[in-house]
Amino acid sequence: MLPYPLLSASLVIMWLALNGFTLGHLILGCIVSVFASWGMAALRPVKPHLPKWYLLPKLIGIVLYDILRSNLAVASILITGGRRKHKSGFITVPLDLENPTALAVLAVVITSTPGTAWLEYNSLSKTVLIHVLDLVDEAEWQVLIKTRYEALLMEIFK
Amino acid sequence: MSVIEHADDLPAWAALAVSFFLVVGAGLTLIGTIGFARLPSFYERIHAPTLGTSWGTGGIVMASMIFFTVLATRPVVHEILIGIFVTVTTPVTLMLLARAALHRDRAEGNPEVPAEAPLTREAEGQPAAGE
Repeated sequence: MLPYPLLSASLVIMWLALNGFTLGHLILGCIVSVFASWGMAALRPVKPHLPKWYLLPKLIGIVLYDILRSNLAVASILITGGRRKHKSGFITVPLDLENPTALAVLAVVITSTPGTAWLEYNSLSKTVLIHVLDLVDEAEWQVLIKTRYEALLMEIFK
Repeated sequence: MSVIEHADDLPAWAALAVSFFLVVGAGLTLIGTIGFARLPSFYERIHAPTLGTSWGTGGIVMASMIFFTVLATRPVVHEILIGIFVTVTTPVTLMLLARAALHRDRAEGNPEVPAEAPLTREAEGQPAAGE
């Protein structure tokens, strides 16, 4: 009946938080969460194994700070517009990460950071194609992504 | 009885903080949309709206959290959920659009787009030892 009890419980709580607590919404939320968890089960997701989940806040902190910084950087590029010439380009970054959940998290991180966009991941050559708005040095970006995010993700999802 | 009628009860420091975050969030979103209209190529344009989906949303969400926390009208769950959902769903659309563009550019033989990575393992890429 409930393949993902934690997911169902959080869905019910979310439903009640968004709609206000009434008996009607409790029943409706329960129905929604049951069907949603069946849908989730049909996808057969790989259960992520997080032995070092306590490093997640550190990752979130780093990412929020980086997003703030690159927001300012991209905003200044857009405001100065044509005056300061920026050069955009594609970079290919080889990755050691293989866990699909960790790759998804990395894709969210790279995409949410303005100025970098995750375009496509090649699981055979284990490389990812990223487009960078203000590309100065390709090697610098590769080192940044590998040391700042990938190393931490490898540790979290080991 | 609407919440806005109680906006007078908001202390000055909270009003300042709320306005600051609102202006920052709205400003970043505006800059993003201007960049979206002005940047020359497709791949550059996909960067501009991410200003709105990151701290553009973040600023407005923060302002809303401060406003409703100080007025103590309801718990601040909505804003956190909005932030999470916007962040998690943006890459899906972005990747769909970008990969469609990549596919078309490659099919047209556009020289500015890198070729598709080879489908076989490259000679220099050693088979991983742990496999």
